[in-house]
Amino acid sequence: MHFGPPSAPIRAVNQVSFEVQRGEAVGLVGESGCGKSLTALSLGRLLPEPQARWVGGRIRMDGHDVMSLSESELRRWRGRRLAYVFQEPSSALNPVLTLERQIREVLRLHRPEADTVEEVQRLLGRVGLTDGQRVRRSYPHQLSGGMQQRAVLAMALAGQPDLLIADEPTTALDVTVQAQIMELLSTLQRETGMALLLITHNLGLVARATHRLYVMYAGRMVEQGPTLDVLRHPAHPYTRALLRAVPRLRAGGVLEGIPGTVPHGSERPTGCVFHPRCDRRREACTSVDPDWSAVNEHHQARCPFWK
Amino acid sequence: MNSEPLIDLAHISVAFRSPAGRVAALQDVSLCVQAGERVGLVGESGSGKSTMARVLLGLQKPDQGTVRVGGVNPFALSAAQRKSFRRSIQLVFQDPYGSLNPRLTIGQALSEVLAVHDLAAPEERPDRVAALLEQVGLNPALAPRYPHEFSGGQRQRIALARALAVEPRVLVADEPVSALDVSVQVQILNLLADLQRQRGLALLLIAHDLAVVRYCCDRVYVMHQGQVVEQGPTAEVLDHPRHPYTANLLAAVPDLDAALAAVEPGS
Repeated sequence: MHFGPPSAPIRAVNQVSFEVQRGEAVGLVGESGCGKSLTALSLGRLLPEPQARWVGGRIRMDGHDVMSLSESELRRWRGRRLAYVFQEPSSALNPVLTLERQIREVLRLHRPEADTVEEVQRLLGRVGLTDGQRVRRSYPHQLSGGMQQRAVLAMALAGQPDLLIADEPTTALDVTVQAQIMELLSTLQRETGMALLLITHNLGLVARATHRLYVMYAGRMVEQGPTLDVLRHPAHPYTRALLRAVPRLRAGGVLEGIPGTVPHGSERPTGCVFHPRCDRRREACTSVDPDWSAVNEHHQARCPFWK
Repeated sequence: MNSEPLIDLAHISVAFRSPAGRVAALQDVSLCVQAGERVGLVGESGSGKSTMARVLLGLQKPDQGTVRVGGVNPFALSAAQRKSFRRSIQLVFQDPYGSLNPRLTIGQALSEVLAVHDLAAPEERPDRVAALLEQVGLNPALAPRYPHEFSGGQRQRIALARALAVEPRVLVADEPVSALDVSVQVQILNLLADLQRQRGLALLLIAHDLAVVRYCCDRVYVMHQGQVVEQGPTAEVLDHPRHPYTANLLAAVPDLDAALAAVEPGS
């Protein structure tokens, strides 16, 4: 995925491959500017075209080629096949419509047979807004941030999507509210059988909520595997450095930052994208873009020197 | 603990008027910070953390209670005293971009502080600016650049340089790293710790992240609904919380170690 003029493209996401199985909870972590959100947005073809240029690769969902869908097909696709929950619930809700109006809009488009007050009430109850009578008549500003995010979840669930993409869904919320929303997300994912793609910079959240994990750095996937395996036995130097930087609730010791910052899309280094910040850098890293190395059967890192 | 604390807030109450009636923002809150001490103030939105900061900066007059910062009452100062009070206590915010003038180079922004407080003659200022930038780990050659040319972490370093330019005795840091990436967060926290130690600053760190407070602070105050519900040495409070709210807060933290210790993934 490239941005900017063809003469000077900004290579935002580069040869990223990943898959999510039906009903699976997958985490995508990395720092800002790594391309996590772009990857997520491209799944629903939500990036502005032609500013964002697709230069290669394919996206398939349930056997369909997402790249070849027409605009009208996409409108039915989004919401029904996949739904999004973003960081800021207040900007995902229309401020001048009641929640009922907004949820029924989704129902009318995707499940017209269920476009009823009862279904709205049921959905609100499902996300823990039990005072559905009052809440459905509320406008977004009348609700707290946590309640707004629950309402966004209810809207997402209204289309009974196969995949829910939650992009930093709790970053704007207080920690106790965050815990409630994460609990709710996990419960809904298990009970409805929808797949979950959780995008976050918070390693503690993915550790609790996901089965598999992808680690992204500077537009590339650098490590993938079962979540706990990756976090307990990180192989890629970036993942290791990230783990060394996380403040822990119970541990002492000095934390280490990662020197430097994530390179901008227009100035990505040659060779391994992480080599300028890597503590295990070797000569070859500056020129050779590494392929996947197997850590074990299910766990891979894009670093030949991970051992 | 023999001398007078640098920050001494006693029995502070603040209420705001709202359409729904009076809302108590702070209720009989006391807090003290000694010279050279690192103290954390944690709580969720609406707990009163920021009102507390406004009181001790002399920006919000309390309805009740006494405020002494560096031995003076910030609400009973002459204009000259106010200026020296502002020198003794400095503030670093969550979003450094919002606190830097976009039309001044960072060199100009730092010079301005030195000029306002008569800390350096015009010809000495460039050297002082260079020294300040170096102290926060920035290349002095970057002085002619504008705030937008820096990353979030670099901007927070600039904000720190500006706060330290006036050689304050107290530094209040309000969520200084919550807008930063985790790898940069640690760089700033370590820098903050170094500067605090070197200069013997009293640090009041306002944060919602308990792990950050654990890393940086000797003592912690836990606030909930306008009251301090628990206080004590950080390790003791976080390892053995006595108040149910503190325990709730700790249980809600998505701590990596706790999650990795769990056997079943995704449950």
